[in-house]
Amino acid sequence: MKLNQLTIAEAIKELNNKEITSVELTKACLARIKEVDGKIKACLMVCEKEALAQAKKADARRADGETGELLGIPYLAKDNILTRGIKTTAASKILENYIAPYDATIIKKLKEAGAVLLGKTNLDEFAHGASTENSAYGATHNPWDLKRVPGGSSGGSGAAVAADMCLFALGTDTGGSIRCPAAFCGITGLKPTYGRSSRFGLMAMTSSTDVPGPLTKTVEDAAIVLSAIAGVDKNDATTVDKILPTTFVKGGSIKGLKIGLPKEYFIEGTDKGVTEAVEKAIEDLKKLGVKFKQVSLPNTKYGIPVYYIITPSEVSSNLARFDGIRYGLSIQDGDRAKADLMSIYTKSRGKGFGPEAKRRIMLGTYALSAGYYDAYYLQAQKVRTKIKQEMDKVLESVDCLLTPTQPTTAFRIGENTQDPLKMYLEDIFVTGASLAGLPAISIPCGFDKGLPVGMQLIGKRFDEAMLFRVGHNYEKATEWHFKKAEI
Amino acid sequence: MQLSKQEIQHIAKLARLELTDAELEKYGGQLSAVLNYIDQLKEVNVKGVEPTAQVTGLENVLRNDEIRNWDEKEIKEALADAPEREERFIKVKRVIE
Repeated sequence: MKLNQLTIAEAIKELNNKEITSVELTKACLARIKEVDGKIKACLMVCEKEALAQAKKADARRADGETGELLGIPYLAKDNILTRGIKTTAASKILENYIAPYDATIIKKLKEAGAVLLGKTNLDEFAHGASTENSAYGATHNPWDLKRVPGGSSGGSGAAVAADMCLFALGTDTGGSIRCPAAFCGITGLKPTYGRSSRFGLMAMTSSTDVPGPLTKTVEDAAIVLSAIAGVDKNDATTVDKILPTTFVKGGSIKGLKIGLPKEYFIEGTDKGVTEAVEKAIEDLKKLGVKFKQVSLPNTKYGIPVYYIITPSEVSSNLARFDGIRYGLSIQDGDRAKADLMSIYTKSRGKGFGPEAKRRIMLGTYALSAGYYDAYYLQAQKVRTKIKQEMDKVLESVDCLLTPTQPTTAFRIGENTQDPLKMYLEDIFVTGASLAGLPAISIPCGFDKGLPVGMQLIGKRFDEAMLFRVGHNYEKATEWHFKKAEI
Repeated sequence: MQLSKQEIQHIAKLARLELTDAELEKYGGQLSAVLNYIDQLKEVNVKGVEPTAQVTGLENVLRNDEIRNWDEKEIKEALADAPEREERFIKVKRVIE
């Protein structure tokens, strides 16, 4: 097996046994990026020199007796996460040359843990999308079929992990942006509980649902990365002081656990192959002793309309900071002295933002504007309460929920771009957990016509441990997570 | 509901976006379609339901009012991203004539 194909847990074992070094591991990933990224286009930036320097440092720390579950492990980060001294573009023209003056808290934590940053990955501009086609720098291609999307918005991270360009990648999930690419690329993707991991240094999209998390090759690896990036941060007042159990992965068998199957997530319109793969996973879990219970979440159908009011509203407010004055693209016509403030705003933003960012800014501006606020934003926030309450209530009667992650497998590049509404409907199974702030994980559970299918587990607030326990046991009993795309 | 070109133009102005005629046309149709879809929210009975903006129940997270000096190098790097500067200041166009 090539070094870049290792999981974190495998690599750490070999590093600890001095069978490999971080420099070797890092070089193997960099070589893989060179080999395949011309086709996949997962990376917006590769920092070879810096990565090798960090790898050397990690090897030195290990030689000094230090251990650590991420010491010397190479990773990629989605390009809406600030990295000091390295360009952070959010895949937008408006930040084409932006260099962050500080590290996001999660980057800082990974640095301290000794993880090696290889570069930055592609995304839908400012994380607006479910396909990575909205990147101003071109689409990322799915390693399983280069004509198809990798999902989004963390599509670069998903494709990079699936193609073994790194051992893990960071993404952000606002309404499915980690889980969707994980499902489409056949890997594991965890959206932690809202407030579990710090948002400080993420490019804010929807502040009330944004949460960073890992895309990994196994459930065990997702648990390893989460323990490194979780925790209270004084720079993010919404982080919550909840201890993450450290023994959660190998938390025993799953015999006797009760998992809920919300009937609103098993509906017509879902691809037959997706439903079959998820039903097979349910049978496999039954064999492991899990009991299943039909449950109902009748407000599920309002998830997308609520999400597409709340998200654009918060987007329109959060992206107001891009004004052509403080940083980012600044356009002034003709004589600089004569250009007025308003024209700098409108021209810089008009030229700098891509179509989906503009659509969301306008939708949000409209929803928040005088006369419409009560009808749209306030109504959406109230329906959000109902969605949250019913999910919490149902989760009182079961250990977690199981659903398909996406209604389809990866679609063709260009297939949904002309109809934004159709693209939004891809989010049907992922918005609920985001609106309610619940942890959710997508795990590979089969294939449909050669394309990966993901199943989603949704847990109680701050109970990622249950998701890891179920997921890890499932992976021990199945082999889907070992499957590799031929590129 | 169909948003008119004037309405789209007004929203774009509020959002500080300069749009071409082609964009105004395109977004008019697309935003109308999305709003029509979203209109189904009106059928939900929300009588007595409080709006949710924060899901974990945290309230009033406070810290001491202490001055924390920012790293000088970080200040320099942050200022380096601004298109127009003068010494330690970012230049802004005249706001009041």
